[in-house]
Amino acid sequence: MEVLIAIMVGVLVAASVYLMLARNVLRFLFGMVLLSNAANLLIFASGGLTPEAPPLIAYGENAPPDGVANALPQALVLTAIVIGFGLFAFALTLIYRGYQNLGTLNSDQMRLAEPEDPAK
Amino acid sequence: MTWLLPLPLILPFATAVLAFLFRRNGEGRWISVAGSAVMLGAGVLLLADVLRYGPQAAEMGGWPAPFGIVLVADTLSAVMVVITGITALAVSIYALSDITDEMEQLGYHALFQVLIAGVTGAFLTGDLFNLYVWFEVMLISSFGLLILGGKRVQLDAGIKYVTLNLISTILFLSGIGLLYGTTGTLNLADLSRIVPTVDDGLMTVIAMMFMVGFGVKAAVFPLFFWLPASYHTPSFAVSAVFAGLLTKVGVYAMMRMFTLVFTQDVGFTHTILLWVACATMVTGVLGAAAQTDFRRILSFHIVSQIGYMVLGLALMTPLALMGAVFYLVHHIIVKANLFLVAGVANRIAGSTELGRIGGLYKGAPFLAFLFLIPAFSLAGFPPLSGFWAKYVLVKASMDIQMWVVAGIALAVGLMTIYSMTKIWGQAFWKPHPDGSTPTLSSLRPADRMALLLPIGMLATMTVVIGLFPEPFVQVAERAAAELLDPTAYVTAVLGASE
Repeated sequence: MEVLIAIMVGVLVAASVYLMLARNVLRFLFGMVLLSNAANLLIFASGGLTPEAPPLIAYGENAPPDGVANALPQALVLTAIVIGFGLFAFALTLIYRGYQNLGTLNSDQMRLAEPEDPAK
Repeated sequence: MTWLLPLPLILPFATAVLAFLFRRNGEGRWISVAGSAVMLGAGVLLLADVLRYGPQAAEMGGWPAPFGIVLVADTLSAVMVVITGITALAVSIYALSDITDEMEQLGYHALFQVLIAGVTGAFLTGDLFNLYVWFEVMLISSFGLLILGGKRVQLDAGIKYVTLNLISTILFLSGIGLLYGTTGTLNLADLSRIVPTVDDGLMTVIAMMFMVGFGVKAAVFPLFFWLPASYHTPSFAVSAVFAGLLTKVGVYAMMRMFTLVFTQDVGFTHTILLWVACATMVTGVLGAAAQTDFRRILSFHIVSQIGYMVLGLALMTPLALMGAVFYLVHHIIVKANLFLVAGVANRIAGSTELGRIGGLYKGAPFLAFLFLIPAFSLAGFPPLSGFWAKYVLVKASMDIQMWVVAGIALAVGLMTIYSMTKIWGQAFWKPHPDGSTPTLSSLRPADRMALLLPIGMLATMTVVIGLFPEPFVQVAERAAAELLDPTAYVTAVLGASE
């Protein structure tokens, strides 16, 4: 199971790098979403994956039995997903406004803040 | 006095809520000023407490340390909280005049206070995942502040700033995941005990992920390109607080991680840091020399100066770390001040593009004087604060026979003077190309007061630190000693049982 997730993280990162190398900022943004999901999966896997042993605490016990997955990374992932979603929504809005005002999605043409010849 | 620890966090949040509720008719700006002043007061109390009793820790929600989230303040954190309060107060006074009514109604003051809360949180937290959350709080409010106003150039800069910062955050998050997977804890104090017992090679890989993640935030070579692309576009109050505080949070996080947690392979990680620091100093100052915009020159200077702080961390001797802490504090004051001066220059001369302005010395000699203090301090002229900061770092590198490094640090200082003379010659010395003379009296008296008061205040602090460095050096020495020997920090968090 861990191996499967590890391969999946690798594939996601590769795909996201491919997307982020594009000049189109929208593609870049989708690449970033994939990258953040890869990071989430990474954390998920770091807690251990034990599909046959749910991390439940039996009635009257204080701790779950040995060998179950650590539940904390799942809580961390939950937080990271929520934050990542908020940031994605912001970035999407920003790029949309940028497209409206700058008239382009090509990052090579976004030179307003860094003019090619600063003397002009 | 554990209630002192959450106080500098709660106050900016409370101020943000109040400022948002009263954003419509101008009370928000005064709430922001008052909130910053109270927060500064809380920071000073915290620092006094830490200096008296040593590092303080508070468990949030009553969960004991390695499991729950703790807030910790050692000398470095407390000093950073105080300096955050000073910057917040100066910038919120400046904002009384600099921020338009429209931006106020969009919630500028609330965003600003949330930013301050995020920065303070990052300084005070003792838990890695919590640090990530504070980074996010800081980032999302800085995104808002950066594009508030919605000029085309701001949107352009915003896209670069947002995307590059998000990538660094994702790297940081992945690092956290791997670190948790190998050590089973995210508490910094706990990590500092467990990391030495884990496999070195794996830990070094994780350390490099953190180095790159924080490196983007701190804008070190070669990861700094988002900074000069964005810091010159928002309103002046915003760019002053960005310049003063945001990159320093990255530097602080690096200092914390690479003294407390990742010390298992100092020969490898800190050598990389050393050369990164040198390259940062040089590229930053060369970039500054090529620019012709007031704020863009200053932005490149930030990059160059970050190099000095990372240098102090990389050398890892008590003197070098002391220098890094001293530099950090001095730089926040000076840099924020220079951006504030740029704002006034823009206001009275009409632009920040050096070719389009001039005559500031003739028309506004007082402003010229106020510019010279932080400018000379940044370049390292005695007896201003920057001189002591640079002196300590150069001495620290000479002490361990790092002649090349010391030489680079000195040469970069000279280059800084060169690019400062460019601003001086163009904006202050030469006549205004329109033939007009910009004067401070063209501002309304209330505006003049709001703009010049914080500049004067910060300039005075620069001079005071320069003339009486002794107490500041002592605090910095103590902070450095605590960084090098984290026993007190660990004891404060985990108790004396180990």
